[in-house]
Amino acid sequence: MDKFTVHTGTAAPLRASNVDTDQIIPAEYLKRITRHGFEDGLFNSWRKDANFVLNRPAYQGVSVLVAGPDFGTGSSREHAVWALMDYGFKVVISSRFADIFRGNSGKQGLLTAVVEQSAVEQLWKIIEEDPSTPVTVDLEGQVITAAGFTTKFEVDSYVRWRLMEGLDDIGLTLKHVDEITAFEAKRPSFKPTTI
Amino acid sequence: MGRTLAQKVWDDHVVRRAEGEPDLLYIDLHLTHEVTSPQAFDGLRAAGRPVRRKDLTIATEDHNVPTTDIDKPIVDPISRAQIEALRINTKEFGIENYELGNKEQGIVHIIAPQSGLTQPGMTIVCGDSHTSTHGAFGSIGMGIGTSEVEHVLATQTLPLKPFKTMAITVNGKLPVGVTAKDLILAIIAEIGTGGGQGYILEYRGEAVRALSMEGRMTMCNMSIEAGARAGMIAPDETTFEYVKGREHAPKGADWDAAVAYWKTLPTDDDAVFDREVIIDATKLSPFVTWGTNPGQGAPLSATVPSPDDFTDEVDKKATEKALEYMDLKAGMPIRDIKIDTVFIGSCTNGRIEDLRAAADVLKGNKIADGMRMMVVPGSVRVRLEAMAEGLDKVFLEAGAEWREAGCSMCLGMNPDKLTPGERSASTSNRNFEGRQGPGGRTHLVSPAVAAATAIRGTLSSPADLVGSN
Repeated sequence: MDKFTVHTGTAAPLRASNVDTDQIIPAEYLKRITRHGFEDGLFNSWRKDANFVLNRPAYQGVSVLVAGPDFGTGSSREHAVWALMDYGFKVVISSRFADIFRGNSGKQGLLTAVVEQSAVEQLWKIIEEDPSTPVTVDLEGQVITAAGFTTKFEVDSYVRWRLMEGLDDIGLTLKHVDEITAFEAKRPSFKPTTI
Repeated sequence: MGRTLAQKVWDDHVVRRAEGEPDLLYIDLHLTHEVTSPQAFDGLRAAGRPVRRKDLTIATEDHNVPTTDIDKPIVDPISRAQIEALRINTKEFGIENYELGNKEQGIVHIIAPQSGLTQPGMTIVCGDSHTSTHGAFGSIGMGIGTSEVEHVLATQTLPLKPFKTMAITVNGKLPVGVTAKDLILAIIAEIGTGGGQGYILEYRGEAVRALSMEGRMTMCNMSIEAGARAGMIAPDETTFEYVKGREHAPKGADWDAAVAYWKTLPTDDDAVFDREVIIDATKLSPFVTWGTNPGQGAPLSATVPSPDDFTDEVDKKATEKALEYMDLKAGMPIRDIKIDTVFIGSCTNGRIEDLRAAADVLKGNKIADGMRMMVVPGSVRVRLEAMAEGLDKVFLEAGAEWREAGCSMCLGMNPDKLTPGERSASTSNRNFEGRQGPGGRTHLVSPAVAAATAIRGTLSSPADLVGSN
């Protein structure tokens, strides 16, 4: 995983609440067995509408998504994170994220920055007035800046550390393999096995 | 201070706890399927890592399997490739896989409880958000993403931060004709799709205690639709009775030791929840959704709401958008909504009790002209049990289709889909835009409401049938 410290890019406003992972990527795309190439499936049904924000010329090349509350609800599909990242997004900003989506994002290096809904509204206003406004997301300082507007954001401290270091979760856990083995030795015999 | 059910189960699975780190939690059971696992197995292969506990891992083929002609090769080449990938991966890594055609095959959240793999006090994960189903036994069941699937395959653990706890206490008895599905839809409408974010829910109270294990599974299954990764119900005699004697259930002295442990799990009297919600069961009636998220629901007897009914700008806009997608007018009676497709099945309502409830209503009736009704049992075992009881004949005689087991039209990954503009009454769990097929419109309902709707052609409860024939 690449290290994440500061990211600057243009941003797209997604004025919708409860954007579920079926909207981010429909089930049809879940049949693939690879981890990449999901950008064409991102917001598939909405992208058929020429007026959808990502179809507008002003929002080409964006890497920050500013969304309404409860982003990423529903299915656990990590494909939603892969599709956002394959499309070029590095950061999603919202006032609330669904738990599983936020977890999946942290594993992949997509930053989910939590801000107040009033800050989302402010950012929407800025990037709608001038879509070329660079938005800077500083993970170390936990600050977002755009056209003179500044807001703090929340992110889980452990995820923040892992993203900044670019660390692989499995590798970190396997450092404690002795503790896992010790735990296994104490598991009750009545626990079921599959074979 | 006392602890809650969730805290006890959590604490008993902590492998490592250190300041500034998430807890490292041991996973008792890992369920896998074809859709969220291929990239995880690729990851293991690339890193040269084995599966740590094959004996705590199981696979099944459910999400995109066809529900007709299962003896023939899968027609869709991409679905076929994904199923083949699972077969290759499970063989290479030494994991048991219940293939299409095997008598143990079925939806992942149906097969684990029915074989006795799901027991109280466990940690159970699966790359599927409806893993919350297993909470019905007093376990922590959680949906995980593919990176976490790989993590569990490699380490049998997951680094997780403890959740807050929320008690949802349902006082009183559910009126006759009101089911677990109606109850959970009403709860989601009450707390909202984000209400459970960051929490493990615990359903409590007289109405919950009175539910069968199947009803409890329906409730816990939809915890994720309220934003909660897990929902739980304390184990009791109903739970023990259900588990006892099943293939993977503890036997002999192990059974006694297990029951003694399970009895220690219910929330202590002096435990404190981070949030409490109280629901009056006696005031509930059959409940359905009118919008495009599971929180947008109302009693069947109500009218379609107007954006003006909401004060919050976000809710107003969401309602406007939902009514447009659903092609509904504010103020129209929900009972007048015309339905062309009825789907009975899914991990929410694809168990034997659900099929019995639907068959009870359908018996001696025919479905409405032009209605398509699909009945998809949740597993091969459920299918065989239903056939032994003659339920298949009730469905076929009423004019419904009787299918093979799988996830089917719940998410439309296989050929069972809505076409654009079609409107379903569905016993599944999600009414998102296009969930059951691009342009399709979904109303979430209980099995009894689904069956009554199939007969009348508009959203209906069994009570509406009285005197109408």
